[in-house]
Amino acid sequence: MVAVVRPARRPWRLLEALRKLGAVGLFLLRLLGQCPLSLSRPRLLVAQIYNSGARSLVIVMLSGLFLGMVVGLQGYDLLARFGSSSALGEAAALSLIKELGPVITALLFAGRAGTALASEIGLMGATDQLAAMDMMAVDPMRYVVAPRFLGGLIALPLLTAIFDCIGLYGAQLVGVQMMGVESGTFWSQMQSAVGLRDIYEGVIKSLVFGAVCSLLAVYEGFHSEPTAEGVGLATTRTVVNSAVLILLLDYVLTAVFL
Amino acid sequence: MNAYPGQPGADVHEEPLVDVRDVHYAIGGHAVFSGLNLQVRPGAITAIMGPSGTGKTTLLRLIMGELAPSRGRVRVFGQDVATLPRERLYALRRRVGLLFQSGALLTDLSVFDNVAFPVREHAKLPEPVLRELVLMKLQAVGLRGAAELMPSELSGGMARRVALARAIVMDPEVLLYDEPFVGLDPISVGVIRRLIESLNRTLSITSVVVSHDVQEINSIAHYAYLLSGGSVVAEGAPAQLKGESAQVVQQFISGAPDGPVPFHYPAPDYFEQLLERPR
Repeated sequence: MVAVVRPARRPWRLLEALRKLGAVGLFLLRLLGQCPLSLSRPRLLVAQIYNSGARSLVIVMLSGLFLGMVVGLQGYDLLARFGSSSALGEAAALSLIKELGPVITALLFAGRAGTALASEIGLMGATDQLAAMDMMAVDPMRYVVAPRFLGGLIALPLLTAIFDCIGLYGAQLVGVQMMGVESGTFWSQMQSAVGLRDIYEGVIKSLVFGAVCSLLAVYEGFHSEPTAEGVGLATTRTVVNSAVLILLLDYVLTAVFL
Repeated sequence: MNAYPGQPGADVHEEPLVDVRDVHYAIGGHAVFSGLNLQVRPGAITAIMGPSGTGKTTLLRLIMGELAPSRGRVRVFGQDVATLPRERLYALRRRVGLLFQSGALLTDLSVFDNVAFPVREHAKLPEPVLRELVLMKLQAVGLRGAAELMPSELSGGMARRVALARAIVMDPEVLLYDEPFVGLDPISVGVIRRLIESLNRTLSITSVVVSHDVQEINSIAHYAYLLSGGSVVAEGAPAQLKGESAQVVQQFISGAPDGPVPFHYPAPDYFEQLLERPR
């Protein structure tokens, strides 16, 4: 007999969403319990910062450069209409440090490092490596999950800082070198407009995004079905859920900081 | 060697290392075990046989405390594994080794580091001592020369021997083998069989071998259980099982394609199904 799959009714979908939220919360608590032990194993942690951070560096730097150039071009065009093209340095710095830097870096991180984390852990599950550790009385949460979570949490703010610097260089390249904005004006406007509060905002956003992206990646990988399709779905869910949550949390955090 | 119930010299009061009593377990509403009973006596090679899908691997997962039975008890070293808190379960698992069917080697570590992994996690041995220990275990499985290779560079038989070296590196009291002969060439099968025997004999490791390979089991096991339909249908020395008259035992031992374990998966009438209009 052919089974007819009916879509879940709304109340059940809501319950399922709440159940998953609870499961992620419990997973996070268990994960946080293992983090101090992982911090005492710096070699594992450094390896994961390298995997998540250094290996994302090229894509983050290239994206930062191009986005900075676009900001420089669009910003110059817009400001020139109001006769304030000298404010380009200020506009580019604030938009990059407060918004574009943390958000775009987090989206890139979710697409590059998040998917790699989810699929790596998912494949370790599918090939019994996680079960083997568990059978050897080694908690995979401590050895596999916690170092990857912490690695992502530390790597994203560093990547964001690099993205911001390269982005500002890109904006300067277009605004100053191509459009003729005066170099001293560009940098002095930036210096006077950007305060510590703006930098804090960017750092806090990147820390929150780093925690969310890494948590979703390790959760999805750890709970993926041990099949090729299951690992693929876990990877897709990591990217989609991370992207939606990054944009949602960006709005919430912006509202809090304003 | 400890004798088993029914064998001359058997001590019926001896505490079994693994004691499975009236275990019920179901997956997705399908009963895998319904009243399973078996015991593993110390120092011997106990085989658990049965057709595919009878829950042999599930039984190992119950013994290791990864799964919990819905009814009944699984006791290992006298402890009910399903009720143990994580720390005590991990303490128990350090006394038990498990050889996975796939080997389950950690793919980002070399052969040497795979074997050293449990020692590095549980004991703070100086590196020179650890090196000697790992090389000794690799020598025991004949792969000392492969210490620097990565798991991707190993054949199936070599991977299983490395996994065996890893399983014995902590000197476990009990070693569980999940289908150790599956997918191996005859030479590798012979190597694994000899290793199981020699580890049992020289290190006095109690061994539980889950397999459906009747010929290999006959050659190494001291006692065997045959599972079918969620419980034990026959038990005894492998030679005794050959004489069992039960149809399911005879079908399994002779490898008959049809019998109590049917060739066809349950399906509606073939003729009627052919005449049915496709939906």
